[in-house]
Parts: sequence; structure tokens; C-alpha cells
Amino acid sequence: MASETTIEQALPRKHYLNASYGVKSWLLTTDHKRIALLYLMTVTVFFLLGGAFAVMVRLELLTPAGDLMDSETYNKMFTMHGVMMVFFFLIPAIPAVLGNFLIPIMVGARDLAFPRINLLSWYVFVLGGTFAFGAMLAGGVDTGWTFYTPYSTTYANTYVIATAFGAFFAGFSSILTGLNFIVTIHKMRAPGLTWFRLPLFVWAHYATSVIQVLGTPVIAIAIVLLAVERVFRIGIFDPALGGDPVLFQHLFWFYSHPAVYIMILPSMGVISELICCFSRKKVFGYHFIAFSSVGIALLGFLVWGHHMFVSGQSVFAGMIFSVLSMLVAIPSAVKVFNWTATMYRGSISYQAPMLYAMGFLGLFTIGGLTGLFLATLAVDVHLHDTYFIIAHFHYIMVGGTIMGYLGGIHYWWPKISGRLYPDMWARFSALVIFVGFNLTFFPQFVLGYMGMPRRYHAYPEEFQVLNVMSSAGASILGVGYLIPLVYLLWSLRYGQPAGPNPWGAKGLEWLTPSPPPTFNFDETPEVTEEAYEYQKDYEKQRGKEAPVG
Amino acid sequence: MAEAAAVVAHQFDDAEQQRDSVSLGMWLFLIQEIMFFGGLFLGYTVYRYKYSEAFRIGSNELELAWGGINTVVLIFSSLTMALAVHAAQLGKRKAIVAWLLATILLGSVFLGIKGIEYTHKFEHHLVPGPGFHYEGSHARQVQLFFSFYFVMTGMHALHMVIGVGLLAVLVWMAQAGKFDSAYYSPVEMTGLYWHFVDIVWIFLFPLLYLLGRDR
Repeated sequence: MASETTIEQALPRKHYLNASYGVKSWLLTTDHKRIALLYLMTVTVFFLLGGAFAVMVRLELLTPAGDLMDSETYNKMFTMHGVMMVFFFLIPAIPAVLGNFLIPIMVGARDLAFPRINLLSWYVFVLGGTFAFGAMLAGGVDTGWTFYTPYSTTYANTYVIATAFGAFFAGFSSILTGLNFIVTIHKMRAPGLTWFRLPLFVWAHYATSVIQVLGTPVIAIAIVLLAVERVFRIGIFDPALGGDPVLFQHLFWFYSHPAVYIMILPSMGVISELICCFSRKKVFGYHFIAFSSVGIALLGFLVWGHHMFVSGQSVFAGMIFSVLSMLVAIPSAVKVFNWTATMYRGSISYQAPMLYAMGFLGLFTIGGLTGLFLATLAVDVHLHDTYFIIAHFHYIMVGGTIMGYLGGIHYWWPKISGRLYPDMWARFSALVIFVGFNLTFFPQFVLGYMGMPRRYHAYPEEFQVLNVMSSAGASILGVGYLIPLVYLLWSLRYGQPAGPNPWGAKGLEWLTPSPPPTFNFDETPEVTEEAYEYQKDYEKQRGKEAPVG
Repeated sequence: MAEAAAVVAHQFDDAEQQRDSVSLGMWLFLIQEIMFFGGLFLGYTVYRYKYSEAFRIGSNELELAWGGINTVVLIFSSLTMALAVHAAQLGKRKAIVAWLLATILLGSVFLGIKGIEYTHKFEHHLVPGPGFHYEGSHARQVQLFFSFYFVMTGMHALHMVIGVGLLAVLVWMAQAGKFDSAYYSPVEMTGLYWHFVDIVWIFLFPLLYLLGRDR
């Protein structure tokens, strides 16, 4: 416990939160920290909305009969759950909130390279959210979040175009964020901050940004083509006019598979920071973790076909995609091994962010390993479109991304707000989320293996026990998500002042006061050491004596 | 804020860092654009391979003369754009405005000719959709060709319209004396964008008009 007792109780200090007041000072701000908070509020709203749709899905699945809603309403529920969560929460969550707040500070800059484009990205995002939410209010959409043709272009009678354009705008916002990050990381690093002194959080966001810039335009054009086909009744994907619906699937997954890495890579960046800080150790294998992020980003572009093993693509293509998909496991495993090795013989403390990080390790490992089952061509034919898939990707997206997101929020909350939250409650909620999550999604692996298909509102009676377990877990999970919302808001008013570095952590963001001043640093910092030099502090304390491990 | 001097925004240390950042940002944006058009080119390639005969028939329905004139017009507009950037580097305000206006004019000529072509397609019932009518073999696949023709040239034209809008803003900025030899990034960046849109056409023209043409 190397926490320094630095309680600044002097004069009221100017920082980014009290630099100016009024709605206008927030809606027209170009400060990356304020924009991060705008994003934080927006994605929280979308998360709660997506969660509400999930509640409806789990309620319907309590009983085998389709009694709560008819099948069409059920289709809308899972579609809107997916659209909200994927496009409006998971993809922007960590980059647009934590990345936006931290990347300029971590590289020692006053702001992102293009502050006004950053603000524009938020407005575009809100516009997209308005489209999607408006479509939901008007009557919803029922195509599944994947918008597969020809159903979405020819047969669906719901608000496909409005929803799809919601996703289009969210994607545009995502491109702008990624572009901003790449330029900032390339051009605006503080003196002495070489590439290999960057925190791994920054590396992870760099890799993410590459995917955002290269992948997102492809789904944009896929959505444009879909809309054109639906509006003008022309046949780009319509088999009746010689088109090929599988082409849509190719274009869709060329983005939407890498999009999974847009969700998970930033989370991995957060985990690297947390594990080093709470193990009080330098990260094991810095270069391996840094390059594994880039490796995941690049390999991630070559595996989209594993979503289409049963779509009628050639067996040869299926085999290639199967092998390539398994290759992605290598850089992912490199990370997990290196984090574990970092913890080995570290001085581990179990504060709330670390509990989230350890939750991530367990859940991501299960999610990743079941991904290997699915990458295996023959096994996938059996498991395709079953609850096994649902369980697998929720272990990655919820167990991976949301655990990392919440861990990061808890870790940097003192920096963002300048206040401490009650640690006991935070640990409790981490535990509740972990238990609730596993109870929700582990039974779904079994259900899927037994053959329960996804996207049906009724099911045979023998599946009921597992479905009730899953719904019960979902209610625990829901409570787990609401607890932090309460105590984090509470802490804004009643929390103890945090001081610049409550965790005794390394990194430029902990050198500046909490909350940081508008331009982040009073003077541009100079970096003289590598990231995560926790042992150096230890050596200083102990004189010249070498540390253990 | 924007006096006729090197304007350095607060987040940058100096003008050089700003110039480098803006330039990298623009190139990243163009890479993003390549991926956007890439999806279209992919779809075109897939169907051209599947239905090469129908696409050959479709090509023959396009008006080579108008397409050729438009190609020349666009190449000239790239020249005037480059001259505008050159004038900006030298800080010659009047020359900037003149070359920008010339570029706008050529861009508008291109769009006008495109409009004429679209009108002809409409009159010949070659616009895909319920009104499409083609007497001959492979009618369904010919319609597919025209779907791609309209989406690809339409997306390109949309980029041209945005480009003309940007150029108009630049004319206004140049008139107001916002550029000099130390600060002309907006002109240079819009130039990159304009050249990119030209290059897209350089690929579209042979793919749509020339491949497999009989006459």
C-alpha cells in the first residue's frame, strides 16, 4: 500500500469542471475531458435502454410458451437490445469515454489533435442515437442487429432504414474518434515519450483506432447499399434480380467482426494498467502486449468468414477462415499469459478495479476458449445460431468489454471527478456482477450445446430450468450494474477528495491534479522512464537493495 | 483568431506540429474513403465476374463521349486545384481565388454533364427499379449493372458536391485574407480531397464505360 496522503485543502483550484459553467459551456466545449463526460452520460443512457430490452427478452424466456409477447414483438426486443448495445454502447464505451479523457493526458498533450472534430463526433453520435431511438419509439425494428438481406431489404415491415442510418452515423462518429487518436498518438507525444514508453492503454487504443478507420467505412457502404435497395427496389443483394445476399454478409462482417476487437482491445488496454498498478509490478513482456494489440487488429480483418460457415461459402474458404480464426487466439493468449505473469509474485491488493480486472481474466478466457470451439468448422455447423454462440459472445462483449469498462471507470473515477467512492460497495458490486454474469450466461452454453436455437420466443419444456437460471442471473447482473450508478453519483457530492494519485499509480495522468486543469498540465511534462516502473519506487524506498522477483 | 499569420491552435506546440498533424489526419480520412469506395468496387468486381456478358451489354448503353469529356474536365480541374495550392504557397491572394473559382466551374461542368447523362438514362428507362425496362437478353443482370452505375457515380457525384461546397468556403476565406505563405493548410487539404475524388473517377470511367465495349 503505497498510497500517499496528499489532501489538498487549500484554495478552490481551477480545473476543467469548474473552469466555466452553464449548459452552453458544455455543449460547445472542445475540451476532450468534457466531451468524454458528454459521451459518458450518453452511453449510460443507451446502456440502460439496451438493458431494458434485455429484461424483456429474459422475462419472455422464463416460460417455455411464448406468453408474454408474440413472436414479432420478441424479434423487435432482441433486435433493439443488440442494436443499442453493439452500436451505441460497446463500440463507443471505452474509446469515447476513457480513451477520450485519458489519451491526451497519457501522451502529455493539452488536447486531442482535432478538438472540434472530437465535439463533432459526439454530435454525430447523438444524431445516430436519435435515429435509432426514434425508430424504436415509432415501432421498432425486427431484423436482428445484423440487418441480413433479403429480409431487411424486401420483407421486413419495420423501421429498418432509420435504424441502419443510426448505425451509419454512430460509425461515422467512431471513425472521427479513431482518426483523432491516431494523429494525437503519432504527433503529440510529450518530450521523451517514445513509442515504447507509452502506456499499453495507448497502444491498445492505437490498434483500435486503426480498425475504426479501416473497418467502419465498409459497413457504411453496406448500409448505403441496403438503404438504396430498400428504397428504390433495385437488386444489389436481391436474388430475384441476380443479386447475392451473401455479398451483404461479407460486407457486414468485414466490419462487424473487427468491431468485436473495437470493443475488446480498449478493454485489454485498461486491464494492462489495472494489473500493473495493483500488482505493483512492471508489466511482463511490454513489447509482446503492445504488438499483440496490433496483431489482433490486423488478424481481426482476416477472419470475418467464420460468421458464414453455413452461408454456402465454399468449403475451401471456410477452412481458410477457420485456420485464421484460430490464429487470433495466439495474440489474445499472449496477453492473458503476460498479465498472469505480471501478477506472479507481485504485491497484489484487491481494490475494486483489480477485482474487475481479475473478473475480466476469468470471463475473457472462457469467452476466448469457446471461440476456438466455434472457429472449428465442423463444431460450428452444430453450434451455429444456437445459444452457445450467444453465451460465447456475451462472455467476450459483456464479460470482457464491460468488466474492463467498469474496472477503468472505477480506476480513473478519482481522476475524472476528483472524489473517492466507497470501496466496499465497489468491491461488493464487482462480486455481484461476476456472480450474476456467470449465472446468466453459463447455462446458455449448455442450452446451446443441447440445441436451443437463438431468436425464438418459445422453446421445449426441457430447457426451462436452465432458462430460469439464466433469467435469475440476469436480475442479479442488473442489480450489480445499478449499484455503481448509485454510489458513483453519490461520490460526486459526498466522496472524499481524491488527491492527484490515490492508487500510488504510475503514468502521466497521475502527475496532474484531480480533476485535471483544462489544459491537463501546468507545464508540458517530460518523460524519463519506461511505463510501469513500480519496482523503481520500491528500490528507492529500500535503498539499493534489489526487489524480490 | 485567424489573422493573416501562422495560426497555431492551443493544443499544438508550433506551426510545424500543426501542419504535420493536419496532413496526417487528412491522409487517414482519405484511407477511410478508399475503404468506403472499396466496398462498392468489390461488389462491382464480384458481379462483373459473375455476369460479364450482361455487364458488357450495360457498358455499351453508356455514352462514351460524355464520359470522356467529363474525364478531361476533371483532370483539368485537378490542374487548377494544384495551381490554387501553388498560389497559396506563394501567398498570392488573387491567384488563389481565381484558380479556386476555375476549379468550382470545372466541377460544376462535370456535375452538369453527369446530370445530362442521368436524364438520358431516365428517358431510356434504364434507371433501375420498378420503371426499369430493357429489351434484350440478360435484362435482370443489366439492371444490376445499372444499379452499380448509379450508386457508384452517385456516390462520386455526392463527393464532388461536397468538394464544390468546400471550395466555395475556401474562396470566401481567401477573399477575407486568411491565408498566406505560412498558413494555407485548408487549401492544401481540400486539394488532397479534390485529387482523391478525381482519382476515384479515373477508376470509375474505364470500369463502367470502357471495359468490354464494342464501339
